[in-house]
Amino acid sequence: MASLLFRGMLTHPPILDCIPSLFSRNVCARYYRMGTITQAHVATQESQSSQLKIPPNARNNSLERLLKDYEAIIGIETHVQLSTLTKAFCSCPYNYGSPPNSSICPVCMGLPGALPVLNSKVIESAVRLGLALNCKLSFNSKFDRKQYFYPDLPKGYQISQFDIPIASAGYIELDLPLEFGGGHRKFGITRVHMEEDAGKLLHSGNGNYSQVDLNRAGVPLLEVVSEPDMRNGIEAAEYAAELQRLVRYLGVSNGNMQEGSLRCDVNISVRPRGQSEFGTKVEIKNLNSFSSVNRAIDFEISRQALLLSQGQGDQIVQETRLWEEGSQKTITMRKKEGLSDYRYFPEPDLPEVILTEEYVNKIRGSLPELPEMKRRRYEEMGLGMQDVLFLANDVRVANFFDAAIANGAEVKLAANWIMGDVAAYLKNEKLSIDEIKLTPHELAELIAAIKGGTISGKIAKEILFELMAKGGTVKKLIEEKDLVQITDPSEIEKIIDKVLLDNPKQLEQYRGGKTKLQGFFAGQVMKATKGKANPGLLNKILLEKLNS
Amino acid sequence: MLSTFQSPRSLSRLHLPLRPLKALSSSHRTAATTTTTSALIDQSPPPASSLSSQILSIRHSLLSRELTATQLAESCLSRLLLTEPHLNSFLHISDSVLREAQEIDDRLSRNEDVGPLAGVLVGVKDNICTADMPSTGGSRILESYRPPFDATAVKRVKELGGIVVGKTNLDEFGMGSTTEGSAYKVTSNPWDVSRVPGGSSGGSAAAVSARQCAVSLGSDTGGSVRQPASFCGVVGLKPTYGRVSRYGLMAYASSLDVIGCFGSSVADAGILLGAISGHDRLDATSSHRGVPDFSIHFTSADTFGAKPLEGLRVGLICETLDSGVDPGVTSAVHAAASHLEELGCVIKEVSLPSFSLGLPAYYILASSESSSNLSRYDGIRYGNQVAAEGLNSLYGNSRALGFGAEVKMRILMGTYALSAGYYDAYYKRAQQVRTVIRNSFKAALDENDILISPAAPSAAYRIGEKKNDPLAMYAGDIMTVNVNLAGLPALVLPCGFVEGGPTGLPVGLQMIGAAFDEEKLLKVGHIFEQTLQGPKFVPPLIASEVASS
Repeated sequence: MASLLFRGMLTHPPILDCIPSLFSRNVCARYYRMGTITQAHVATQESQSSQLKIPPNARNNSLERLLKDYEAIIGIETHVQLSTLTKAFCSCPYNYGSPPNSSICPVCMGLPGALPVLNSKVIESAVRLGLALNCKLSFNSKFDRKQYFYPDLPKGYQISQFDIPIASAGYIELDLPLEFGGGHRKFGITRVHMEEDAGKLLHSGNGNYSQVDLNRAGVPLLEVVSEPDMRNGIEAAEYAAELQRLVRYLGVSNGNMQEGSLRCDVNISVRPRGQSEFGTKVEIKNLNSFSSVNRAIDFEISRQALLLSQGQGDQIVQETRLWEEGSQKTITMRKKEGLSDYRYFPEPDLPEVILTEEYVNKIRGSLPELPEMKRRRYEEMGLGMQDVLFLANDVRVANFFDAAIANGAEVKLAANWIMGDVAAYLKNEKLSIDEIKLTPHELAELIAAIKGGTISGKIAKEILFELMAKGGTVKKLIEEKDLVQITDPSEIEKIIDKVLLDNPKQLEQYRGGKTKLQGFFAGQVMKATKGKANPGLLNKILLEKLNS
Repeated sequence: MLSTFQSPRSLSRLHLPLRPLKALSSSHRTAATTTTTSALIDQSPPPASSLSSQILSIRHSLLSRELTATQLAESCLSRLLLTEPHLNSFLHISDSVLREAQEIDDRLSRNEDVGPLAGVLVGVKDNICTADMPSTGGSRILESYRPPFDATAVKRVKELGGIVVGKTNLDEFGMGSTTEGSAYKVTSNPWDVSRVPGGSSGGSAAAVSARQCAVSLGSDTGGSVRQPASFCGVVGLKPTYGRVSRYGLMAYASSLDVIGCFGSSVADAGILLGAISGHDRLDATSSHRGVPDFSIHFTSADTFGAKPLEGLRVGLICETLDSGVDPGVTSAVHAAASHLEELGCVIKEVSLPSFSLGLPAYYILASSESSSNLSRYDGIRYGNQVAAEGLNSLYGNSRALGFGAEVKMRILMGTYALSAGYYDAYYKRAQQVRTVIRNSFKAALDENDILISPAAPSAAYRIGEKKNDPLAMYAGDIMTVNVNLAGLPALVLPCGFVEGGPTGLPVGLQMIGAAFDEEKLLKVGHIFEQTLQGPKFVPPLIASEVASS
């Protein structure tokens, strides 16, 4: 009997407790929430990238047509898992993927008599994100209990914030990718509040029982609720991507969607253009990448617009739908049976959250340059939007670029090298820019060496590869490998003379009219100089000699 | 075997000055003060005749080597076992008492320091977690549950040498005023075993009353320490909210719950409070305020002047002497007021117009919080789980069979009060009333040093008398709930008797102080206790045994 497996968490904490998996459909709707998220973690292995790779022409044409008559209203609720060392209300560490129930204590297990004590880093993270989202902060907020029963919720309530979120009424600015038409957007942020995560249910293969893993229970989250300002999939996906960029810039979360550190739930309704009241709202869950956000929304817009255009608007009901990656469709997960009553009330175990002007100013002063500011600054530096978006996308790349510029590298050249050879190397080696041996200073040196004519672009590529893989300095590599470009005309002349002398037959053919052989001679000179001859000088002198 | 037990009659009239217990001062009130505490403590025996304090008497016996901790423990245990069949104060009795006593004797024989509670047997209410004993909260749903940790208060008692003798009976999760609401047994009042000991800390009160242990811990959400103290004729101390860590106390109503102390004297209750008070990093609502050395006030009566409480302003809350109060109780309280007057106090009647609002506000707030706090008892991770077909039935069956009727009623009331559409009318309004009450107490305590009232409208009533009349039972909490709503400290101590039982039934006087001013309550209470004339508060159940020993 599965229920016999139940006992024993206290005596053997690492052992999973099992719950008879008798939750048939409708018995407990939340079951699906957890179940599907777990499944999706296994199923999707999409690469983690803030930039969408779907070309715009993949969007279906019927959608384009329908959208002439209908418009979608989209809002997003995002849960950002904070990367604090310990959980929100106890001193358990949290590490994604650690063995079930290996990071739990009386507090996050909800044992009788255990009490929550707030981790102050949670407030700091909330204030950082609140400020970065241009929000108004509540200097006097509090925690509330949100009450419902579910086996992954040990206390029978979630500690959250209800009527007074720590931050509200902000906005986020972003630039749409050029392949999607580009453009600058500003979307409203309704609120940011602090709460704790629930545990996870693991369901047995045969469906006879379920097990509870409380490692994630009590991990701090920030819930970010947007205004319903998005109108299509790409705007929504870019909103989420910008939010990810922001939390990574701020260092409050790793923003990893696959690990569930950034979870998006989308609310979407469609109405005929010109109509002022909203259509019926549908929620979409199980969105594990930005491209699934984009595709799920566009699918849902088509579905709803099609129903509306066929006079079947009544088939759009308030419900939660699930994005199925395999079939590229949304399917009904559960219909809303009226509003849930969570019986919120102020959490009596925690004091009010009081922020002082001084505390907030200190945090404000410590904020890094944020993505939007970076993009505007890069634009002012004269970079094109393509470059701006690429460089500002990843805070590590942006910091590398900024450091290279600070070391004197020319803006456009630095951008080209980073976006070209460096990016290609990172992609091939599956590394991030702070994992390679190349330093911004050496990139600046390398660019200076090319500009100063010390080395050729070709040699520079070789050196760059060496710098990325093994490290070292440009100066030393050039010296060690004797790679300094030969720019002394007399030296080049000497070598050319020798090449001409060594290849009398070819010289004869050239002079007989086979001028294509110029390339052969140039090659021989390069060979003899190990590529160090200045190409301009070489060709100039060679031509003179050949034609003399 | 009761040789070491001294009748309070003989203890009460000795007039030697007490040595102050420096050890229990605030200087070591941090979470990590385990082994160092005893080093700070005066290891010379306190004077032999230690007034009515059992704790000081035990300390004297140990440090003067007159008695061993084992002898003291054996004596107390034998009395416990003798009286327990009549009382049912305990849900669990520790099997390691004598071993722990032996450890103390071993330390003493090696001339090592022992803590100020060394050899003191402490009863612990069963809703306070103990790592080495079951902790059921008096509920079937936690039958045989053993917590993996000690409550902070228990941990501190143990660190100071106290021996937890067992877990005392209570109304399930502290919800009740008679201890009849326990899922396991009904506790009797030592003054009349056909009567209730009060509740919800009835087991802790009865155990101290019958000297089954020296002192005990209880919890007080709406009067659960003070009313049973009154019913059982012992001293009950409800500290200021935040004075004592709630970590390890099974939450009933988190914003009202406090761990409190029982003793057979004000000194004992005060010494125990000193031991468990202070900030705890595991309870965000515990106060950072320093804990004064309460024990400096526990001097003998011959150190008192003619008017030891000269000028102390005492407000008698007139709403507490209304028509609903037993005339015997009223006259005992008036007599107590006169006694205070003789001690130099200035007695004035004060009116708290919001007083009667306390009861409905309390029952809404306490029920609301309890409906949330008891959600964790779902049968999933610990406690009794009832097998079922489906998750909702699993929850339903486990809770239906695990909780008693009173608990279910409060969960239902609280769930209702917090529901959408009712929140404003109930929970929110009750919070507003709470603010009004807090302000009215604040004003009254600006005018007066302490306020006094009965601890309960009547003395102990019969078992079963109010079992089927919850409203009558709730009404009995009228004297105490306001104090919890205001978060104030209050001391209840026996002040007289009314007719009833074989030898009369004790009546308790409640003294209410300003927030974190337990010190004043203990000082006034001690002087009151030491100067009170008349028969002493030893229940007949053990008075005869003491006489025969």
